[in-house]
Amino acid sequence: MQPKEYQQLVQEHLPPRPIVKNMLWAFFVGGLICTIGQVVLTIAQSYERTKNEAAAVTLAAMILLGTILTALGVYDEIAEKAGAGAAVPITGFANTVTSAAMDFRREGFLLGMGSKMFIIAGPVIVYGILSGFIVALIKSLVLGLL
Amino acid sequence: MDNRLGTSTLTFSKGPRITSRYTLVGPMEGKGPHALDFHEILSDDSLGQKTAEKTERLMLELAITKTLEQHGTRIKDVQFLIAGDLLNQITTSNLAASTHTAPFIGIYGACSTFAEALGLGAVLLQGGFANQVLIGTASHYQTAERQFRYPIELNVQHLSTNQVTVTGAAAAILSFAERGPRITHATFGSVVDMGLKDPHDMGSAMAPAAFQTIQQHLADTQRTLADYDIVITGDLGKQGSKMLRLLLEREGCSGLERLQDGGSQIFGDWQSVGSGGSGAACIAVMTLGYVLNCLESAKAKRVLVVATGALLSALTVLQGESIPCIAHAIALEQ
Repeated sequence: MQPKEYQQLVQEHLPPRPIVKNMLWAFFVGGLICTIGQVVLTIAQSYERTKNEAAAVTLAAMILLGTILTALGVYDEIAEKAGAGAAVPITGFANTVTSAAMDFRREGFLLGMGSKMFIIAGPVIVYGILSGFIVALIKSLVLGLL
Repeated sequence: MDNRLGTSTLTFSKGPRITSRYTLVGPMEGKGPHALDFHEILSDDSLGQKTAEKTERLMLELAITKTLEQHGTRIKDVQFLIAGDLLNQITTSNLAASTHTAPFIGIYGACSTFAEALGLGAVLLQGGFANQVLIGTASHYQTAERQFRYPIELNVQHLSTNQVTVTGAAAAILSFAERGPRITHATFGSVVDMGLKDPHDMGSAMAPAAFQTIQQHLADTQRTLADYDIVITGDLGKQGSKMLRLLLEREGCSGLERLQDGGSQIFGDWQSVGSGGSGAACIAVMTLGYVLNCLESAKAKRVLVVATGALLSALTVLQGESIPCIAHAIALEQ
């Protein structure tokens, strides 16, 4: 059998992905995480002076939550069901850093954890900054022309 | 070339046997349907070690020591130690071997390592180069996950074609002692690459290798699948097994009801492990545990073990290379 022919056969026999089920899980778990964030934000706003300060407190609280759940070995179990619902919120970002830190701790603090902590989160930061820069550039160009 | 059949099958007329064996598995494998087939089930998957790499090494050392004990043999009476594992530079085997004085042959065949060791051991015995050979292999979920995939606690949603690396170790002594099943044939496979690139579906990538080795073995020995009570493939998982059946059906092969798969069977459906188990220890513990129990209790008289391996590395996947695969077949008789 030719490789092309076999690749075709594999494609025809791949199990279907449960897209609807995955989407529902992602929607509800992602929604739940955001709701928790909103509750924290509302509480923070009641005693912080500005909205920015309240947002900073909320981000820190959600990162802490994601980190604790990762350290307890729970976050990956949630993500197994929720997929993007657990990956997209900032708790997911905290998980990428914490999980890498936990894994590479075995190779030492400096060359292990220190250098590999951002192995998953790194690309998010790099391309986050890059796309932010491009969008800002477009905005200033468009506004400059007007 | 007296000991060859057809183009690639070796026959062992002197009758080397698996005369001692020991299997140990992690807690999750110990909750699977084959729990009773294994010699030891670990209560925790760390064995009190600081790193999973240390645990993997210790598991292999334990399996080797227990096999020697059961055989009543000391390591100095063994002429060769053949071992391999999944980690870079087969460090688990190298470190475990460093505690023993036996001449060491380190091998790598990914999840097919065990069959490779079994075949090579039989060759050394048949050739008169040894009268006792010790073979062993180990894998650990966490070490494999780290090397081939992601950090263990990372938020990843696994696909139904994904396989879970088995935590476990197995060792055996091959000799001419008058007990245990005979190793009658070995068919070493060639590398098959069908151009598949998805590391999350290694079963589909490995199925053509298993297909080719089975076809070769049957042609060389002029047997059919029905001549074996069990034909057990290693680690194709549910998806790979489905593809292998399709390939065999297309060739009009009969006796497909004899086919089993170590990867598909080691975990239960309730354990949500995607396509099944994999890893160097998977077919090793399934053969030395389940299959040999079947042979000993006369549930099976003749068995073909077809261990498959996906010969990829974390780097080749990122560089867009396809996954070369291999399968080795070993025939065992009561």
